[in-house]
Amino acid sequence: MDLNLSPSELGFRDGLRQWLADNLSPHWQADFAKIEGKQAQFEYLRAWQRKVYDGGWAGIAWPKEFGGRGASIIEQVIFTEEMARAGAPNLPGVLGLQLVGPTTITHGTEAQKEQFLRKILSGEEIWCQGFSEPNAGSDLAALRTTATLDGDHFVVNGQKVWTSYGWAADWCELVVRTDPDAPKHKGLTVLLVDMKSPGVDVRPLRQMTGETEFNELFFTDVRVPVANVLGKVNDGWNVAIGTLMHERATLGAGIQIVIRRSFERIVELAKSIGKFTDPITRQKLAQCYADIEVMRLNQMRAYSRMANGGTPGPEGSIQKIFWSELNQRFQQIAQEIMGPYGQLTKGSEYSIDDGIWTYNYLRARGNTIEAGTSEIQRLILGHFVLGLPKSY
Amino acid sequence: MQFGLTDSQILTRNSAREFFSAEYPIAEVRRLCETETAHDIPLWRKTAEQGWCGMTIPEAYGGMGLDLVEVAAAMEEAGRTLVPGPLLAHLTATAAITACASEEHKQQLLPALATGDRIATLAVLEPNPSWDLAAVAVPACEGTKLFVMDAAVTDYIVTLTRDGVFLVDSRGDGVTLTPMPALDTSRKLSAVNYRNAPGLQLATDNSAVQRALDIGTTLLCAEMTGAMQRMLDITVSYVKTRKQFGKPVGAFQLVQALCADMLVATESARSATYFAAYALEQNLPEAQSAVSVAKSYIADAARLTGNNAIQAHGGMGFTWENDIHLYYRRAKAFETAFGDAVFHRERIAQLAL
Repeated sequence: MDLNLSPSELGFRDGLRQWLADNLSPHWQADFAKIEGKQAQFEYLRAWQRKVYDGGWAGIAWPKEFGGRGASIIEQVIFTEEMARAGAPNLPGVLGLQLVGPTTITHGTEAQKEQFLRKILSGEEIWCQGFSEPNAGSDLAALRTTATLDGDHFVVNGQKVWTSYGWAADWCELVVRTDPDAPKHKGLTVLLVDMKSPGVDVRPLRQMTGETEFNELFFTDVRVPVANVLGKVNDGWNVAIGTLMHERATLGAGIQIVIRRSFERIVELAKSIGKFTDPITRQKLAQCYADIEVMRLNQMRAYSRMANGGTPGPEGSIQKIFWSELNQRFQQIAQEIMGPYGQLTKGSEYSIDDGIWTYNYLRARGNTIEAGTSEIQRLILGHFVLGLPKSY
Repeated sequence: MQFGLTDSQILTRNSAREFFSAEYPIAEVRRLCETETAHDIPLWRKTAEQGWCGMTIPEAYGGMGLDLVEVAAAMEEAGRTLVPGPLLAHLTATAAITACASEEHKQQLLPALATGDRIATLAVLEPNPSWDLAAVAVPACEGTKLFVMDAAVTDYIVTLTRDGVFLVDSRGDGVTLTPMPALDTSRKLSAVNYRNAPGLQLATDNSAVQRALDIGTTLLCAEMTGAMQRMLDITVSYVKTRKQFGKPVGAFQLVQALCADMLVATESARSATYFAAYALEQNLPEAQSAVSVAKSYIADAARLTGNNAIQAHGGMGFTWENDIHLYYRRAKAFETAFGDAVFHRERIAQLAL
């Protein structure tokens, strides 16, 4: 057991810190807040990704031959943590970088790699994922969006939902049913769909927070070239599930830092309004600190296992359950500390931190649902880790 | 960076697993729990011959001088089989002597403790119990210490007083032991009454013993992690075979959720414990808060694990015959030993927030 960074890991971290010091404007958040309109804000973030790409920091986990650095899992964690620690803008091409890109590297044809990978790294093309449907959430393999072969094209019809970045995306990694007669996991195929194709309709989906982070996608007779099948026809479940494992494995590292920064802010706030001397508040904050530490340590153990040759596996569900439920407890404690001020939204002169805590409270409600509900995560642990009979 | 056991730590863990599971089968543990002391001299000798009693004592004084991560790995295995008797008390007391005694006293005392020829325990709590060293009030060596682990089988009681740390002969003049029957029968508690008891002064104040308390707390956490793992294993194997409505009860989602939460709790306990051991070993600035994180987290996590284990067993879980209650009792005793969750959260608030 050695929790010190190795000389090369330290070198990696210091190089990144230096690059951030040279390239991340300390007042970017103020600049960003002045930009009007979602599209213009998105272009700002895209320009940031381009800068990251030019600096050689985009897709660091990808193999060198595809423009990455072949970074180790520990270096990926360092990268995610350092970006979060510096408060750097999100990379708008995150789905391409973390999910679609790695899946394309594993399953894609040479032509697909040639066509897509560079543009994913640079942010020139943004990707979304068409996975969930109104009747296929936890039971993803029950999805009904169909694709039927017509000459050298598939013709796609159906509906997808909860599509992050759908409104901004140039391309979609779409899971469709190509064999309606096969058992549900066997008849699926992954298509790479140009979002500008005729018949693609992107509609905003307003969430309980009031924002439209997600979209619904409607596909009506959308023609997709057969050359855009990712992996093999009817092997889509294996292609898609690999992507989801990546999602669960890598999501936590940044979240841990974000929650910690947020926690430090609430401690500071509690001190400033005289609540830190209240023993009940102290207990709750200390418990929250312990939970955040346990989350960090669980992640370090999981990353170390992966670094030793393990692939992201079903144990990722432990992290998912832990951080999502922790964040909900934390947001509740934050609300209790702020009392009636906690309910004030952005724009009120009396609100704390311009109402971000109200937003955080509502947004955390989604944590135990997105990327697999807590219920399905527990069943995954029961079946795939503890070896209990499959119950769903 | 590598958060996992090294090859030599794995070797230690494996030999601990082999030894404790072979020598402390549950039938033997049950037999010992029913005795007055939960202590078996031939078994203690065997344990000592393998070096386990001197794990925390430096090699210079005849111990194994293991690093604390290795000791934690060994104690996780001891906890898995619910090793009864004075092992934990002895390791904590020897850590206290190592931390606070003079070179001369260490030379004099530690070798016989390392070989297990002498056994020691640590007396901290008083009738108004607090694990804050500043709350120690008895003079040397006069008054009452309570909840002293396994005192009845020891040779020495390392006694904290307001005049410093004293080594007191457990069977000496002026020392009276009274059993304090308690719910964890694998570890017997005593009230120790001192009436002008002679003692060897090891240190003039208690502050150096804090490290030993932190080590003891961490080893207790390691034991509990092993106990939690065992409760999980027993439960999973039970729900795979117990059938109702024509199928294993483990096929029901509510039962799976009970087990999944035990898994999350157990893995988290393990992460917190090994970090605490590592932080103490490396003398990291956050070592004390890491210990308190582990202790406060595991206090709740162990209770949850015990509750779920019994619940998933149904009526069988509530029987004397089933082993779960032995672990459940240990988990409850764990909660207050070396400071409860409230105590350790307050320590986190002071040290880390």
